[in-house]
Amino acid sequence: MAAGGSATDYVQHHLVHASVGEGFWTLHIDTLIVSWVLGLVFLGVFYSVARRASVDAPSGIQTVVEACVEFIDNQTRESFHGPREFVAPLALTIFVWVLLWNLMDLLPVDLFPVLVKMLGFEYVRILPSADMNATFGLSLTVLLLIIIYSIKGKGWGGFGKELIHHPFGSHPLLWPANLMLNIVEMIAKPVSLGMRLFGNLYAAEMIFILIALLPIWAQWVPGVAWAIFHILVIPLQAFIFMVLTVVYLSLAYEEH
Amino acid sequence: MGINITLFGQMITFTVFILFTMKFVWPPIKQAMSEREKRIQDGLASAERASHELELAKEQGAAHIREAKSQAAEIIEKANRQGASLVDEAREEARTVAERERVAAEARIEQEVSQARAALRKEVSELAILGASRILEREVDPKAHQQMLDQLTEQV
Repeated sequence: MAAGGSATDYVQHHLVHASVGEGFWTLHIDTLIVSWVLGLVFLGVFYSVARRASVDAPSGIQTVVEACVEFIDNQTRESFHGPREFVAPLALTIFVWVLLWNLMDLLPVDLFPVLVKMLGFEYVRILPSADMNATFGLSLTVLLLIIIYSIKGKGWGGFGKELIHHPFGSHPLLWPANLMLNIVEMIAKPVSLGMRLFGNLYAAEMIFILIALLPIWAQWVPGVAWAIFHILVIPLQAFIFMVLTVVYLSLAYEEH
Repeated sequence: MGINITLFGQMITFTVFILFTMKFVWPPIKQAMSEREKRIQDGLASAERASHELELAKEQGAAHIREAKSQAAEIIEKANRQGASLVDEAREEARTVAERERVAAEARIEQEVSQARAALRKEVSELAILGASRILEREVDPKAHQQMLDQLTEQV
């Protein structure tokens, strides 16, 4: 716990992003940098393995990477029955990237704030999943992909027809209701995706911050317990995000 | 907190990452994996084939051995039969030779007997003549009594 100030100040201090700009044009530097670094770690590791991929004698790291690829490949093959050249790498990117984001939650809540304070900055939040901009950045991209895949799978006409004919029927009087429902459904998908990840990780971060408010000798037991529980949540949330994305794309791509 | 321009930064980053993964990460790893899978499959298939061939070779070997055994038995049997027939032949030949010898010996004996008999007859007739001449105290003309003598000889 930072010296001085009330508990409220402490918590609020931990919930402010390192940012530049005003209003809508604010840029969360911490979210961007952390997610870039983690993404580059992911791409760097996977790319170096991909470049030196050995058929006969896979190294240890290659085995790990292949396990990930195999896992994602199986998941996408089960859910998505179209061409998977894009969907499978998409799922891999989501899974590993979100997993790495979520892992940031396990770092001590005060570690980075103290470090950046030494560098002269006031605020930092290193957990991208607890920033709506990051989670909705993913889920809105997924929404765009859903639209693209709908058009790719059914054509413009098919997609348009589905928007106004589904689910109640093709009677012209029902068109507005159908369209309304479909728009709500389409918006609900990215919102639920983004909110689920954000909500879980934001809450978890908050609990870590609250645990950090306890006296130092009392932090261990709840801290360890919550971290162990959280080890389950971290891959689970990454997995859910990945699977739902693939399922949404599969629904969009296939004829109903 | 709140939605701001960071969102778009994240969307762009995400898109770039996906495209990078799709272009440079996924295909080589997947290819290496499927290549390995294929090799393992090939290896398993060839192992299966090899074991199948081994079985076949074993069967063939057993068949060869069986054949050789039966051939050997046949040869032995033939040899036995040949040996037996050789012995039979030899026995037969010996028998015919012995028979021939016996016949010849018998003929010789017969001949000697008849010779001896003839000689005996002659001697007897001479003795008879001698005896008769002694009895008659005179010379008997053998020619005159030839017929009688012959009869006598026949009787001896």
